[in-house]
Amino acid sequence: MWERIGAMIFKEVRQMARDPSTIAMMFFFPIIQLVIFGYAINNDPRHLPLVVEANDNSAFSRSIVSALRTTGYFDITEVAGSYGEADRLIAEGKAQFALTIPTDFARRLVRGERPQLLLTADATDPASTGPAVAAVNEAVAEALARDLIGPLAGRQQGPPPIDLVLHRSYNPEGITSHNTVPGLLAIILSMTMVALTSMSVTRETEQGTMENLLATPLRPVEVMVGKIVPYFLLGFVQVCVVLGFAIVVFEVPFVGSLGLLLAVTLLFTLVSLALGFTISTLVESQVQSMMASMLYLMPSILLSGFAFPYRGMPVWAQWLAELLPPTHYIRLVRGIMLKGWEWPLVLPESGKLVLMLLVLGTIAVRRYRDTVA
Amino acid sequence: MSKAPAISVRGLTKRFGPRTVVDHVDLTVMPGRICGFLGPNGSGKTTTLRMICGLLIPDAGEGEVLGLDLSTKRRAIKHQIGYMTQKFGLFSDLSIAENLEFIARVYRLDRRKERVAETLEKLGLTSRADQLAGKLSGGWKQRLALAAAVMHEPKILLLDEPTAGVDPQARREFWDQIHALAAEGMTVLVSTHYMDEAERCHEIAYIAYGVMLARGTIGEVIAGSGLSALQGEGPSADRLAAEIEQRPGVAMAAPFGTSLHVCGPDPVALRAAVEPWADRINFTPAEPSLEDVFIHLMRGATDNSVEAR
Ligand SMILES: Nc1ncnc2c1ncn2[C@@H]1O[C@H](COP(=O)(O)OP(=O)(O)OP(=O)(O)O)[C@@H](O)[C@H]1O
Ligand SMILES: [Mg+2]
Repeated sequence: MWERIGAMIFKEVRQMARDPSTIAMMFFFPIIQLVIFGYAINNDPRHLPLVVEANDNSAFSRSIVSALRTTGYFDITEVAGSYGEADRLIAEGKAQFALTIPTDFARRLVRGERPQLLLTADATDPASTGPAVAAVNEAVAEALARDLIGPLAGRQQGPPPIDLVLHRSYNPEGITSHNTVPGLLAIILSMTMVALTSMSVTRETEQGTMENLLATPLRPVEVMVGKIVPYFLLGFVQVCVVLGFAIVVFEVPFVGSLGLLLAVTLLFTLVSLALGFTISTLVESQVQSMMASMLYLMPSILLSGFAFPYRGMPVWAQWLAELLPPTHYIRLVRGIMLKGWEWPLVLPESGKLVLMLLVLGTIAVRRYRDTVA
Repeated sequence: MSKAPAISVRGLTKRFGPRTVVDHVDLTVMPGRICGFLGPNGSGKTTTLRMICGLLIPDAGEGEVLGLDLSTKRRAIKHQIGYMTQKFGLFSDLSIAENLEFIARVYRLDRRKERVAETLEKLGLTSRADQLAGKLSGGWKQRLALAAAVMHEPKILLLDEPTAGVDPQARREFWDQIHALAAEGMTVLVSTHYMDEAERCHEIAYIAYGVMLARGTIGEVIAGSGLSALQGEGPSADRLAAEIEQRPGVAMAAPFGTSLHVCGPDPVALRAAVEPWADRINFTPAEPSLEDVFIHLMRGATDNSVEAR
């Protein structure tokens, strides 16, 4: 048994090594993805549309606006005096940020009452929120440092003279850039594990080599394991590439346990492999298996919490997302990497993945035949 | 050598959907014999071979392969069978040596390296051991596939159209090799469309549209067909084929070079049928060929299957 599995593994690895697209898939795919999304991770965008609703028309607000201009971060539109205009521009997507300066801003500032400045952000693009907030803070501080002179110079000591309130619209979870990495891990693993395994099995059928394999003493389960192991290792390499890049190049924080992360990654990889195998038993050609994988990947990308925040989705979509392994894996990785989840906390989501593994594994083993038709 | 048959199946049946592709096929092959398996395209040869080597589960029927029950001992049977698929079934992205090595591992052969080297040597492929199998020409692919199928020294060898598209020289060598293997006691069941190959077999089995129509040695099959034949020589004899074939009592007429070959089920009726031309063409009794028999059988079978609908 082990020798036959060994023979399969050996063969698979050789074929993989000979196929440049596999190598490309293994290294370049995650790197390219990371670089594309890495731009989002580390982005420092310019020319963000900002609307300033200056309701007090004071010298202070004018100098805040001019300071904001000089940062180069924003393209500024001013809408003075008409309430609700800023919100409307954000809703329509014409502005990404709105800075509202209240009517009594100047008066309260002079009195030292720490007036509020409201910054509304369209957080559907959460990556740019952080840098923008920082830029606004800086610009305001700079403007006021210039203006609070003479008798008002005292306001510069102690707590900041104003209170910048950030309000995120449309993205209550306030997903930050660092959340991209967990999602990316899930998506890359899904793509390679599901698509490559299902295609590698259907390729044997399509090329007629499966008939030969099955005519030998190889058992179906041996063929399966022989195929799983190399892809499993490939997945591991990809995880290392992504994590390495994320931590070293993009400085994504990693507060949890690496061992735990690898454990849940292993689980997720197995679920994906089982799914790939199940697909291969349902389709007849490589093209079909590619289509089926896409059919799985699209909702995985859209609904798993990678592209859109889970809580922002309608209930039916949330239910659908619950059925997708990446949803649970992304939660686990976020929990472990960013929030430092320990054992008991990972159990509920891991349990769901184990359940999926059992169901898919059973289907795959039962459907995978040792006959050709 | 024991005299239990190497392959013995009875009533083997396979259906794909509503179609019965193999219909109650009986087949017995004794050890060390080469049995040719013939029949038109789509007649169920590949399907039958797959059932014998355990790649398909028959819908009905029973049988033993090397004394092992076909329905319960499929795995044990696989260890002792070599199967060469109709389509090249080795890995085209692995080299010749790597393919053989893989097979050797799967069958857990001892002295793996030596065996692979020996096989390469025997094939005359030692110098090209590192060439990718997919880059080989058709004839070499066939040789490699045969080598892979016999490397574990199976007791039974199933070959599915092993020489399709192979040049005569290579075919000759292929058959010499098969006879050598049979002489060592290997039982061979080989499907083919070539008459000359059928004649190289100890016995033949003819299947058409799932039904086994004839079995036995070539002499038996020809005698069993009840056909008789005439050979016509004379000016433009070969041009008369189409005309004569329309006559009652003539099963078929075919030109062979400048002469004409006619055959039919009844010798008297056949004589009468060619009578109008007897003045200029000299008809002499001839032996019906295997081809005559097969075409005759196939036409009969086609009619049946059309009627059945
Ligand atoms: N897996 C399958 N599903 C459905 N029909 C099949 C399947 N395999 C074979 N058939 C059908 O069964 C019939 C017999 O096929 P088979 O391959 O056994 O014929 P064959 O005698 O080997 O033909 P050829 O000489 O062309 O190789 C064909 O009509 C084919 O279409
Ligand atoms: Mg065939």
